[in-house]
Amino acid sequence: MIPPMLAANPRLDRWARFEADGRARIAFGRMEYGQGVLTALAQMAADELDVPFDRLNVVHAATGEIPDEGLTVGSMSIEFSGPAIRAACAEVRALFAAAAASRLGCDAAELDVRDGAFLRGGQATGLDYWSLAGEVDLAREATGDASLKAPERMRLMGRSEPRMDLPPKLFGAAFLHDLTLPGLRHARVLRQPSPQARLRSLDEAAVRRAVPEVDILVDHAFVALICDTEADAARAHAAAEAAASWEGVRAMDPALSEAAALKTLPHEDFAAGAAKPGPSNRRRIAAAYGKPFLSHGSLGPSAGLAQYKDGRLTIWTHNQGVYPMRALAARITGLAPEAIEVIHGQGPGCYGHNGADDPPIDAALIAMRRPGQPIRVQWRREDEFGFAPVGTAMLMELSAELDASGRLVDYTAEIWNTPHTGARGTAVAESALPGYVAPPPPPQRLMPDGSRFSGGLLNATPSYAIETTRTLEHVIETPIRSSSLRSLGGAPNTFASECFVDEIAEAAGQDPLAYRLGMLAEPRGRTVLTRLSEICGWARRWEIGTGRGLGLAYDRHRGRGAMVACAAEVDVETEVKLLNLWCVCDGGLIVNPDGARNQIEGGMIMAGSWTLKEQVKLGGAGIASTTWDDYPILRFSDVPPIEIELIDTRDQRPCGLGEVSQGPVMAAIGNAVAHALGARVRDLPMTREKIAAALLKD
Amino acid sequence: MRQTIQFTLNGLTTSVEAEESDLLLDVLRGQLGLFGARFGCGAGQCGACAVLVDGKVAAACHTEIGALAGKRIVTVEGLGTPEAPHPLQAAFLELQAGQCGYCLSGILIGAKALLDGNPDPTRAEIARALDWHLCRCGVHNRVMDAVALAAARMREGAGA
Ligand code: FES
Ligand code: FES
Repeated sequence: MIPPMLAANPRLDRWARFEADGRARIAFGRMEYGQGVLTALAQMAADELDVPFDRLNVVHAATGEIPDEGLTVGSMSIEFSGPAIRAACAEVRALFAAAAASRLGCDAAELDVRDGAFLRGGQATGLDYWSLAGEVDLAREATGDASLKAPERMRLMGRSEPRMDLPPKLFGAAFLHDLTLPGLRHARVLRQPSPQARLRSLDEAAVRRAVPEVDILVDHAFVALICDTEADAARAHAAAEAAASWEGVRAMDPALSEAAALKTLPHEDFAAGAAKPGPSNRRRIAAAYGKPFLSHGSLGPSAGLAQYKDGRLTIWTHNQGVYPMRALAARITGLAPEAIEVIHGQGPGCYGHNGADDPPIDAALIAMRRPGQPIRVQWRREDEFGFAPVGTAMLMELSAELDASGRLVDYTAEIWNTPHTGARGTAVAESALPGYVAPPPPPQRLMPDGSRFSGGLLNATPSYAIETTRTLEHVIETPIRSSSLRSLGGAPNTFASECFVDEIAEAAGQDPLAYRLGMLAEPRGRTVLTRLSEICGWARRWEIGTGRGLGLAYDRHRGRGAMVACAAEVDVETEVKLLNLWCVCDGGLIVNPDGARNQIEGGMIMAGSWTLKEQVKLGGAGIASTTWDDYPILRFSDVPPIEIELIDTRDQRPCGLGEVSQGPVMAAIGNAVAHALGARVRDLPMTREKIAAALLKD
Repeated sequence: MRQTIQFTLNGLTTSVEAEESDLLLDVLRGQLGLFGARFGCGAGQCGACAVLVDGKVAAACHTEIGALAGKRIVTVEGLGTPEAPHPLQAAFLELQAGQCGYCLSGILIGAKALLDGNPDPTRAEIARALDWHLCRCGVHNRVMDAVALAAARMREGAGA
């Protein structure tokens, strides 16, 4: 079957072709932002073609240049883009092999490719991709019929190739933020304090006193300060902030910062799974877990550039997809998509829908009103924290029934959250424009089986054989701009369910590892969990309540992805100190093992940070935590040694690994803390106050 | 009032015309066109803009240019080049210590300051020296390993 991404972009030469300079031009529709996707996809392309890695020309992402694969999200590049590029390259190779065979008067099956050259019986034939390029027309539709390389023939897949994007990042300029254009103007937007706010007045004279040369753009509630230097733009912006007054500013209730407060907001309900359990005398336990709003916390505030010239708009962005950016810009500016070109550049890690879509739209709106001028907008740290979408808070109310033997037979997850991808395809600047009407909500996404997709339901029920499960999701009208954050509801749900499984095991009077293995039939999952118990030294686990704890957790992400088990060892006095983390992962074919380890470990550290430290505080006109002092994350001294083991299952389908380690590590920490304290902290983050409260209660 | 301010930048005598209160980060990324020091917070809270001033780590986003007359400033561009990398840069590449890389120039500067004063730091000392620097991608362990590797190489080099 033809991979869906190839079917959507069937022209073979959009993916691969051979250039006169002796290189193979390869294009992907995926954006690199530090996750190593370009390197891994290039490995797949080079391997299927049998072209040396250093003869690839991986095309810079821009509209018109690369296939349209939508957004680079959901850790799906390896799983979905990988098969497309592999199938395209395998087909290209087969077409060239056929051409070589007809030249040589032999059967294509007699030919092999080495370093881009065709061999027959191990001998050079004098033919290679480049010498045959004139004979093979790649301007044709892919059939998806060529067979992919079997694992034993892979030369590059499965090898830890160094990342292609890393070297420039160690020597200076490397990011979109560093791009300069001739005549570049620097602009800042005076943001509405909240989406409903209207500009009552702006004392422009006061702004000009601060920066005489400033160009002040006012269109309804959209206000921009445009200068020659960034420093002047910052000064003008600061002056404008003091010189503006707004009306209709939202007053955010700080109490909404807490997950439990979600229940007080209007919501829509969706039930799925089995009917409610009837009355029975089975043992029933219940617990509620919470996770607050989280910031993506990208290290660099987002930036973007735009220029409008001769009716054409060019946008430079570090967002998650050039085609979605073009669609967004077209909707907001009213230009036809064909009049917009979008060029991608490297940015700080985004981990989902952070602020990256916004400054390019700010810049585009300014550029349309100042034709000819290249405009750069650099968001401040306060903008990124205060106006970028946040990951939604979640409340997870779980209940379970055990039969007489202590077996888990009935499981209910009742989840309260805002839509996980709510702000996708919107920009914060929109509501400031004249005549703004909110775009209609996107159509309901469906799962492959036709059921309703919701980010809040990912990993909602644990990855074991349980007779009866059901979910009830309450989707809340969000009080704050929220959108996708790495794993959507997957990690928080795994945190809750895998902590709850420990509670269930305790109720059943069983060891948490043995209890899990008792419900886990899948042999690959059992291997992962068993191996984890060995490397973390589960057998040495000591009695509860000593102040030191060891906990573990298991999950198969989205019920179909990588199988991952994590363990944590912690020390808890007034705060949680992470001593060690472990992870064992079976992700099928791993294209770049070192890259996979890097992703898994990064996910573990981020999730440790979510678990122990992070909470977006609401208040004022929206978000109250707008600096790193208000939003602490894990630091070097907080990061423990981490051991990761990858199970080699290269004959299995590859899985994305960017969001599989967070949930299990969060739950492992939760379970380790409960083991250390003899009391459970169910509401994140596990701060000093929450620990004290849990100890008082239990 | 604009004035001429002179200092040493990555070993070269440099002078700029600027307001005394202009921030070093804006001057570096603006008129000097050096983009290694990165904007992360503008408030001294993240370490992305770190540079060395007379050998000490400083937040370029919080340092006024007027205070730098006659000082020696080093940015990540002064450490090494792709052709002749500093041992730290070589070790970061070797261990693939980075994801998005936005934090790395600041971290390299912090690590250089550490190794200048302590050629054989423990893991805890490395962590403490880098604690000001935030990394959101979670490459902390690789970074600490790379700093230790560079330190070992530099000790060997110094002894040879
Ligand atoms: S940008 Fe200077 S410390 Fe963050
Ligand atoms: S590598 Fe991305 S912030 Fe450190």
